[in-house]
Amino acid sequence: MSEEQIKNLETQFEARIARDEKIEPKDWMPEKYRKTHIRQMSQHAHSEIVGMLPEGNWITRAPSLRRKVALLAKVQDEAGHGLYLYSACETLGVSREELYEQLHSGKAKYSSIFNYPTVTWADMGAVGWLVDGAAIINQVPLCNTSYGPYARAMVRVCKEESFHQRQGYEIMIKLANGTPEQKELAQDALNRWWWPSLMMLGPTDAESIHTEQSMKWKLKRKSNDDLRQQFIDQTVPQAELIGLTIPDPDLKWNEEKGMYDFGEIDWDEFWQVVKGHGPMNKERMKARVGAWEEGEWVRDAAMAYADKKQERKQKQAI
Amino acid sequence: MSDKKNWPLWEVFVRSKNGLEHRHCGSLHAADEDMALENARDVYTRRSEGVSIWVVESKNITASNPENNGEMFEPAHDKVYRHPTFYDLPDEVKHM
Repeated sequence: MSEEQIKNLETQFEARIARDEKIEPKDWMPEKYRKTHIRQMSQHAHSEIVGMLPEGNWITRAPSLRRKVALLAKVQDEAGHGLYLYSACETLGVSREELYEQLHSGKAKYSSIFNYPTVTWADMGAVGWLVDGAAIINQVPLCNTSYGPYARAMVRVCKEESFHQRQGYEIMIKLANGTPEQKELAQDALNRWWWPSLMMLGPTDAESIHTEQSMKWKLKRKSNDDLRQQFIDQTVPQAELIGLTIPDPDLKWNEEKGMYDFGEIDWDEFWQVVKGHGPMNKERMKARVGAWEEGEWVRDAAMAYADKKQERKQKQAI
Repeated sequence: MSDKKNWPLWEVFVRSKNGLEHRHCGSLHAADEDMALENARDVYTRRSEGVSIWVVESKNITASNPENNGEMFEPAHDKVYRHPTFYDLPDEVKHM
């Protein structure tokens, strides 16, 4: 194809997206669109998969059967979300094995929030309430993104995600209304998860390299700073309602703007964790790669069994 | 034993309730059709979204190519006489 033809196709493509038409897997698309989507969707899928680890840590130690079944169901949902997203990603011509390889080799990123440890039961509350809360804010606009398979996966994910946040907040309510020790656990978890949750919504707009193009392709509908503000404005009253304090001395309602002013985020910490120096980066990858390698014989056995059954069927047919 | 092969890809179709058609809802990897059905149940019907599941190995699906959408679908565009609104009726005829 000549350069001019490609230019032409690109113009038509951008116009389709501007008209809110969806792009489907076999449609022509610019190479950059394909690559950007593989990157973002796989990063999203990896986050769901690695995201099972911090919470899986507490399943066997949940304080009651009610909490245990809920946590188990939540972690199972994360596995499901990872699978929807991997499948959507595969429609762009990348294989599942390549995607796993990118995660395991460290070439692909996942949400850095999962590189923090879950040290007490209250962390299950804080993760559901704050981390899933921030994730929902990130994800809801994606239900309308331009790439059909991604948008459809996100609709399923968002439908399931709201139980996650509620179960987390309910844990926080119970602890915050419990004994002084329990309330302290809840406050301590909020103290540790608040800032990483704000960072989860991504670098400030001035620092964000992908924003403009992603806005055009509807991979992003609001800027990181707008999403962060929305998260803060909706979460602060929820903390107040249960008598917990947001660990930010600069947090103040701004009457004029109708939103909260908040303190400086420690972006050095964010970049350190992104670059692999968070408290749990090594641990998470070790667990993930270990699970993959130790499961290899199971995958091979299943394939061998499938082949054997197939052969038997063919023999009977003769 | 077979030399290491990756689990093939399957497309999943779910009937949400009797009276409705099966609809494509996504895909997954599984070693064979039995496992594909079980995985489809766990991945796509965790909240009672279905009463029946079909799985088809993705390689068995033949799909039209959007590049040929012109020849494929345009012939229908100028055949407005296939729609009831093409025909003129007097206003007095209420239901037809």
